[in-house]
Amino acid sequence: MIKNITVGQYIPGDSFIHNLDPRIKIIFTAFFVILLFMVNKLSGYIFIMAFLVLSIYISRIPLKFVFRGLKPIVFIIFITILANALFTPGEVIWSYGIISITKEGLWSALLMGLRLIFLIIGTSLLTFTTSPIMLTDGIEYLLKPFRRIGVPAHEIAMMMTIALRFIPTLFEETEKIMKAQMARGADFESGNFIKRIKNLIPILIPLFINAFRRADELALAMESRCYRGGENRTRMKELKFTAKDISALLIMFAFAVVIILNRFWKW
Amino acid sequence: MNFIEVKNVSFRYSEDSEDFVIKDLNLVIKKGEFVAIIGPNGSGKSTLAKLFNALMVPSRGDVIVKGMNTRDKDKIWDIRKTVGLVFQNPDNQLVASIVEEDVAFGPENLGIPPAEIRQRVENALKAVGMYNYKDFAVHLLSGGQKQRVAIAGLLAMLPECIVLDEPTAMLDPVGRKEVINTVTKLNREKGITVIYITHFMDETLAADRILVMDNGRIVLEDTPINVFKRIELLKGLNLDVPPMVELAYLLNKEGVPVNQNIITIDEMVNEICQLL
Amino acid sequence: MSIVVKNLTFIYNEGSPFETKALDDVSMEIKEGEIVGIIGHTGSGKSTLVQHFNGLLRPTKGNVIIKGMDISDKRINLRELRKKVGFIFQYPEYQIFEETVLKEVSFGLKNIGMDDERGLQERVKEALELVDLDYESFKDKSPFLLSGGEKRRVAIASILAMKPEILIMDEPTAGLDPGGRNFILSKIREIHKKYSMTIVLVSHSMEEVYELTDRVFVMDKGRIVMEGSPKIVFKNQEFLESIGLGVPQVVQLVNRLRGKGIDVGDDVLSIYELAKDIKRLYLRGRKP
Repeated sequence: MIKNITVGQYIPGDSFIHNLDPRIKIIFTAFFVILLFMVNKLSGYIFIMAFLVLSIYISRIPLKFVFRGLKPIVFIIFITILANALFTPGEVIWSYGIISITKEGLWSALLMGLRLIFLIIGTSLLTFTTSPIMLTDGIEYLLKPFRRIGVPAHEIAMMMTIALRFIPTLFEETEKIMKAQMARGADFESGNFIKRIKNLIPILIPLFINAFRRADELALAMESRCYRGGENRTRMKELKFTAKDISALLIMFAFAVVIILNRFWKW
Repeated sequence: MNFIEVKNVSFRYSEDSEDFVIKDLNLVIKKGEFVAIIGPNGSGKSTLAKLFNALMVPSRGDVIVKGMNTRDKDKIWDIRKTVGLVFQNPDNQLVASIVEEDVAFGPENLGIPPAEIRQRVENALKAVGMYNYKDFAVHLLSGGQKQRVAIAGLLAMLPECIVLDEPTAMLDPVGRKEVINTVTKLNREKGITVIYITHFMDETLAADRILVMDNGRIVLEDTPINVFKRIELLKGLNLDVPPMVELAYLLNKEGVPVNQNIITIDEMVNEICQLL
Repeated sequence: MSIVVKNLTFIYNEGSPFETKALDDVSMEIKEGEIVGIIGHTGSGKSTLVQHFNGLLRPTKGNVIIKGMDISDKRINLRELRKKVGFIFQYPEYQIFEETVLKEVSFGLKNIGMDDERGLQERVKEALELVDLDYESFKDKSPFLLSGGEKRRVAIASILAMKPEILIMDEPTAGLDPGGRNFILSKIREIHKKYSMTIVLVSHSMEEVYELTDRVFVMDKGRIVMEGSPKIVFKNQEFLESIGLGVPQVVQLVNRLRGKGIDVGDDVLSIYELAKDIKRLYLRGRKP
């Protein structure tokens, strides 16, 4: 059942990382992604890998979840590795007809593959250790300064919260509708591209109609609970910076310094 | 003072239509009561539910909640704090992914200080028996559990009254029992006024009073047993009758003098044993 | 034999950390023309079981043979199977998507290969009549503008139009008020009488199952734990309650009275018959 696998599943826990302010975690993750693309030496990758392993250990997230997060993109990683291996010019070490693999290609493939894997693991750590509402609260806070230029920070955060809440429900519903239409003889597997798109109509229309009905009912429920937008709303889980967060900030700077040095120095 | 007063209320969905869904309704609810409202689909009961918490205002007449008129735009939020509404679809009431975060939604909207919100959330979850699930993902709960979380979400706003609009229509028997037991307990132990709308007769046994609606009007208002005894009326409205009450009625019709105030199987067993 | 299930085991998400055994060595047989009920608490495996009957699920272990067709056979023609086995899901009105009632009800027929306009209209008319909807007034209406009860009837008609030999219904009266419920139940009786269809009714309502079915299968935790006529199955009140099921009140009363030595007939199916029976005993006791 698909519903058991929530997108970016949150795994409750009490680790150092779990208890960090989500704003720090979001900023850290953003920096991590940027810095990841600056690395160009093996030593840098090893440093990042060590950092990630340490982070996973501290977060106490079971490894099986970490690896399951990689499953969906195994295909992309494979293509990337293949593309890099085959199409990077340089010193040829193996060839078969017009296909050739270069040393630079292999190297590049390895590094690109690693980069993708680290990217996924790094961002997964964010969603594993941060509950959906903490995440959206953090994003809302970080977007607040942009309200001056018209960015509706609270509304965006609220939409994200509701979307995250309903993703598993919608997955389940899609499955149900598919089965109901299959029971009426609908065929989602055969036919050319155009036909297959047409065959999706019996799934998409009920899904959309039900989604609108849900939205309607949810709006009534929210109003009944006195929702009137973001003004004067408080939070049960307040965002507060603690000493832990300051130390995480310092670690982030240290991390950034090491990566930047690594890029521009010889080692 | 009456807690809720419905005075000469009529309602139609659009100004152009002649179709009044609620027709000149009068009703009084006292504090601490458990009132059940039953009626076939289309009788106007769901519409009435939304009039109690100012989600909708009457086309004619007034609904007064604790002295506040639902037409008064300044009082809407106070009214909704006082009267909570539970809907039929368990899923489409829950806003957050995690149980305790959803229960906190109401108090957060009211601007309650964080520490107090946490206290209210814990109390609310305990009151509905879902405290152990506070970190659970909402979509993994059963229907009955979801409805209880929805009720907790209202309790966290400290309402004086809870209106439930067919809360068990989409639940299995286990879920239905969970909900009706929770609601009965809240009424008895915490004195919360309950307005319970349903078409399942067996859920109305705990009520102080039952209102029967048909075609936008109240056609009968009485204690449960007195309502159940009106078998012909209820059947004419396509409503269920508790089996034991119907049996007592049929037996009397056949000339077997059983007590007509019997509702439970125990009572019937005793009565028949005595008789034979 | 309509449906044969032999040692069926079904495991969801096999191999993943979320692996669940939904069905554990289930065996059963359903004869042609029977109406059977399958009852069990939520999670007992009822829905998983019946989804094998039209090939929506395939066994992990064991066999399911529908009218001679083995579901596990990779070469099985699912279209043929779904022509024979109609499946009405819970809240079937959620599957509606067409612009007119006519198109919606003929969706299934088109999928199984019927494309003769005349023939389609005939079938749709027949199906709509079965659910008391007038063909002429409803065929061009948008199904989305109908009432909840009417929508459900349209959805049911869309399956009936396919004229299945076996009809599976998962909680057909879910969410309906007593009037709607009685209507659907009377229609099921009618359809069974008229077409001698094999009907499999999955339900939470003990009353429904008691009234309609010839035989009942009781499921608990992925297994069939009891099987027999409703009369016999519902005598086991304590056991049923221990697995989260109830017993219709009328049956409870009969069981209790008989337990106290009062000789009410246990063939009683309705409250009227029970009243007459008690009257009989009362009068007998009063004879001078």
